[in-house]
Amino acid sequence: MGKVIVVTSGKGGVGKTTSSAALGAALAQGGDKVVVVDFDVGLRNLDLVMGAERRVVYDLVNVIQGEAKLTQALIRDKRLETLYLLPASQTRDKDNLTAEGVAAVIGALKSSFDWVICDSPAGIERGATLAMRHADVAIVVTNPEVSSVRDSDRIIGLLDSKTLKAENGERMEKHLLLTRYDPARAERGDMLKVDDVLEILSIPLLGIIPESMDVLRASNLGSPVTLADGRCPPSVAYFDAVRRLKGETLPVAVPGEKRGFFGKIFGRKAA
Amino acid sequence: MSLFRLFFRAPSAPAARERLQVLLAHERASVGDSDLVTKLRDEILRAISKHMQVDDEKVSVRMERGAQVSTLAVDIEIPFDAGKKAA
Ligand SMILES: Nc1ncnc2c1ncn2[C@@H]1O[C@H](COP(=O)(O)OP(=O)(O)OP(=O)(O)O)[C@@H](O)[C@H]1O
Ligand SMILES: [Mg+2]
Repeated sequence: MGKVIVVTSGKGGVGKTTSSAALGAALAQGGDKVVVVDFDVGLRNLDLVMGAERRVVYDLVNVIQGEAKLTQALIRDKRLETLYLLPASQTRDKDNLTAEGVAAVIGALKSSFDWVICDSPAGIERGATLAMRHADVAIVVTNPEVSSVRDSDRIIGLLDSKTLKAENGERMEKHLLLTRYDPARAERGDMLKVDDVLEILSIPLLGIIPESMDVLRASNLGSPVTLADGRCPPSVAYFDAVRRLKGETLPVAVPGEKRGFFGKIFGRKAA
Repeated sequence: MSLFRLFFRAPSAPAARERLQVLLAHERASVGDSDLVTKLRDEILRAISKHMQVDDEKVSVRMERGAQVSTLAVDIEIPFDAGKKAA
């Protein structure tokens, strides 16, 4: 049985889709079988970020409404054999996502993939709650900025109350992914400190992704950043995040700071 | 990032522009699921199901939307006795 991961945030534009694609690709680059599911019905973007926008035949809503089989809607990545995308519908309303339909789709995906990564829409409405509903693990994407941290706190509350795990009295495994971290602003002291965010949200740190041109470039080209350039700083950070996700303990490097020194300080916080 | 890589990487914005132009041309033309490729896909599948019991798992549909042309590939496994069953 595969693991279901929700990539969520509350706030929009913090890097959920970018991270879903990068983490999914990084896992697949390691040989795991991965499907990334776009839950952003009406505003899909994962297809663009993954470079599959011209090949969408059917989508999640078609599958849920019985208009297509799941296998027909899955799009296999052109570069990575073990990476698949299940696109969201662009034209249908999100009310077409039924709770039972989503449950059936996730159940089927779990049985044939190692990882099912659910890219949540922003907000706390139906789309977001359905995306997190069946998760085994949650990745909370946060920018070091006040409104993003506040919204993440809200989302953590939902993860602990509105998910199947929570309703069954189990503990939801949660990880913080700090994205768009800008070393120059950190240097000037104009950005929330990593330690401050960790203290406020008090969930373990999965990684810190630097703000980088490489991310923009990769999305222009339609490639998850870890595939576009595996050695650029954001890719290295995503690869490390994947290792932590799989249970390794690695010190977290703060972008722009010396790894040795901060490795000691943040090592204990590593997920 | 090394200077070498900065100098020798082709800019990515033209690729973004080209991808968006193709995508948006198709999306604007297909408000309400009615673009030609989608219509053809549905009608072909309907025609097939008139003549045989279609096992969805045995039908694969691929599309690729291009600037000048799109392609639609419908791959169907037709069992030897398919015609008899439907009749
Ligand atoms: N590390 C980064 N460096 C630079 N730009 C980034 C980084 N991460 C994300 N971005 C950019 O930020 C924007 C929003 O990213 P993305 O679409 O992944 O966010 P999202 O959380 O999925 O948004 P939404 O809530 O709308 O679904 C995009 O333009 C993306 O390229
Ligand atoms: Mg998104």
